[in-house]
Amino acid sequence: MNLATFWFILIAILWSGYFVLEGFDFGVGILLPFLGKDDAQRRTMINAIGPVWDGNEVWLLTAGGAMFAAFPAWYATLFSGFYLPLLIILAALIIRGVCFEFRSKVESPRWRANWDRALFLGSALPALLWGVAFANIVRGVPLNAAHVYTGNLLTLLNWYGLLGGLVTLSLFTLHGAIFTALRTTGELSQRARRTAVRVALAAVPLAAVFLAVTQYHHGRPATDVTAAAAAVALIGGTAAAVRGREGWAFTGTALALMLAVATLFGDLWPNVMPSSTSAAFSLTVANASSAHYTLVVMSWVALLFTPVVLAYQGWTYWIFRKRLASPAATPPATGRETPEPVGGRS
Amino acid sequence: MTVLELSRWQFGITTVYHFIFVPLTLSLSYLVAIMQTLWRVKKDDVYLRMTKFFGKIFLINFAVGVVTGIVQEFQFGMNWSAYSKFVGNVFGAPLAMEALLTFFLESTFIGVWIFGWNKLSPRLHLAAIWLVAIGTSLSAFFILAANSWMQHPVGYRVDPATHRVVLTSIVALLTNPTVLATWPHVFFAAFMVAGAVIVAASAWHVARHQDLDVFRRAMRLGLVVTLLAGIATAVTGDVQARMMETQQPMKMAAAEALYTTQSDASFSLFTIGSLNGDKELWSVRVPYLLSLISTMNPHGTVQGINDVQKAYAKKYGPGQYKPVIPVTYWSFRLMIGFGSLAALLAAIGLWLTRRRALPRSRWFYRVALWGLPLPYLGIASGWIFTEMGRQPWTVFGLLTTARSVSPGVTLSSVIISLTVFTLLYAALAGIAWWLTVRHVKAGAPAEAGQPGAPEPLPVFQY
Repeated sequence: MNLATFWFILIAILWSGYFVLEGFDFGVGILLPFLGKDDAQRRTMINAIGPVWDGNEVWLLTAGGAMFAAFPAWYATLFSGFYLPLLIILAALIIRGVCFEFRSKVESPRWRANWDRALFLGSALPALLWGVAFANIVRGVPLNAAHVYTGNLLTLLNWYGLLGGLVTLSLFTLHGAIFTALRTTGELSQRARRTAVRVALAAVPLAAVFLAVTQYHHGRPATDVTAAAAAVALIGGTAAAVRGREGWAFTGTALALMLAVATLFGDLWPNVMPSSTSAAFSLTVANASSAHYTLVVMSWVALLFTPVVLAYQGWTYWIFRKRLASPAATPPATGRETPEPVGGRS
Repeated sequence: MTVLELSRWQFGITTVYHFIFVPLTLSLSYLVAIMQTLWRVKKDDVYLRMTKFFGKIFLINFAVGVVTGIVQEFQFGMNWSAYSKFVGNVFGAPLAMEALLTFFLESTFIGVWIFGWNKLSPRLHLAAIWLVAIGTSLSAFFILAANSWMQHPVGYRVDPATHRVVLTSIVALLTNPTVLATWPHVFFAAFMVAGAVIVAASAWHVARHQDLDVFRRAMRLGLVVTLLAGIATAVTGDVQARMMETQQPMKMAAAEALYTTQSDASFSLFTIGSLNGDKELWSVRVPYLLSLISTMNPHGTVQGINDVQKAYAKKYGPGQYKPVIPVTYWSFRLMIGFGSLAALLAAIGLWLTRRRALPRSRWFYRVALWGLPLPYLGIASGWIFTEMGRQPWTVFGLLTTARSVSPGVTLSSVIISLTVFTLLYAALAGIAWWLTVRHVKAGAPAEAGQPGAPEPLPVFQY
């Protein structure tokens, strides 16, 4: 295996790490208005991802940085080509990021309700758009001989791209529902589990159809295996959620996301961005990669420091592993927001 | 309006804005870590209240610094794809290292610090904020190494087949003399911001005799930090000036609007005139100063714009190699002026508050508040100077800005993104400012620990 291929695999791992980790953050944000019946419950949900969301998002920055260093042409073509969707994602991530920090700095129901709405949008938009982007990468987009994207925003909004968007949106929502069930107690946890099962009714068929279509057009034997395994993990995770085994359910959806990303990247290889204009114009692992020395340096950096990062990030999940208790939902009283009890305590 | 012009405006706006928040978090992380350490060591609750008060200011600013940093990571690809392809081999490496080595460190341990109060052992919790502080300054190192390579490319060769740069030595890149001078300059300048913020927030309360036990000490701390950081910033800036004269003589000449090469060159404090090389109307000059800062010799020779232009045209082919002179001239003066004024005010403040004195004059507290923007403006001017002074190059001597822009991005796309970023960032700035002011006015009340009361909600939790 040459170094460029090693970096292609590493970037696939970074993206799958990003989707598995920020996937449940997105899911929690999307479910916030539906699962959190009062401010205390919404606070509990937010504090369940509180200590980790920022670290989860760094997987995206590292994936971006790794693409820049290892495949400059891929980084350049992808982010200049998908300019407007990326702009929406960035704006959403900006708004979402400050939501966490600003939401509870003011004791006002309206202030919090506004930030909760922003958190919903800031989570739902990237959850949808990452799927649209990756489906289009696999499908191929118009690139000219200089590897410059020649389409526009509408080019990306084809039915396959939109299906991919719905898949990530529903999968992240499912993943977030299971995470909420796993990390909270009592009534909130129960309701999150039931919601997970309902979301799965949409997520499982969508994912199955998307993977089947993907494999039909772009598949190869090895990725047929990972796609099938992704489907099995997803169905297994859902079954575990039905039976109240939240740990297994979370393992199932996490594995499904990893295997789905592995499938997409496996289908992509040896291209990194196939051109729908002409196969000769495609960006490949070979023609997009950095020179040998850069890859050697970056490989050493990755080999030395990735285990350290994984160790301390894993450690934070361990120290914050205890489920968060929240008071049961207060009955809606006079139509106005009820004065809140002490919520979100860990 | 072209894609190039608007992309430059967007990069300037987003980057200057990002660097409003970053210097404060860079420096305040250390100062909060020191406050928390003092609390652990001295067991004095005043330092705990100080930690929590300034910790919250730190977190509000940290949040905005983080989210605006995401844009920085991707906008090279979005708007400068030709640049990204050309430099990715070299420039991508420090960026990826920054993400892997420092973003994870900062982001993970900031979560540990926010949520770890009363949960972790005090020592572990203290270690978390120190790790955040180390992470932020290492992060600054990597990004400045990347920027320094644009100012003074080292450790590379141009691949004749692809016409792109290829990294030949990562050690040369990370020990570039330019980054070794720039990093301390930026690091110390950042502490001037934290100093000014601490002074302003504290003065507001000292003037009202509120929480004096916390804010009297904090105000002195802020004044000491501003003054020491100001001196260190000046010393490191002086080192950079001489480096600039050898590495980028055009930038040094543009800093003074010096058109013809001169010995015994004077430095103008300000000039009235067009700065286009015609006779100036009026100026105030310090003799020999330009020669002194550029060459460490009052009689040294400083190259002029016209002579450097001729030399560059010979070396790089016909073309225009002058930056926008009024911008470089004035940003250079504003950087030095704002920074010096902040340090001078801090020195006066220290004198007036010696031996635990509290000045009665309301002017003292007004100036302490109004001094807050000075380091911010100095830093923004410094960045505008160094980036505009490098023009027309993105990578000095290798790639011009005009050839760096994304070829496939349309004008309408850039208009949309420029509008979105500007409005979004303005709204964020307003909210962050409002929240910070609100928090500052609330003060640093003593902990109300009644026995039997329910455990209070952790202060920093979301």
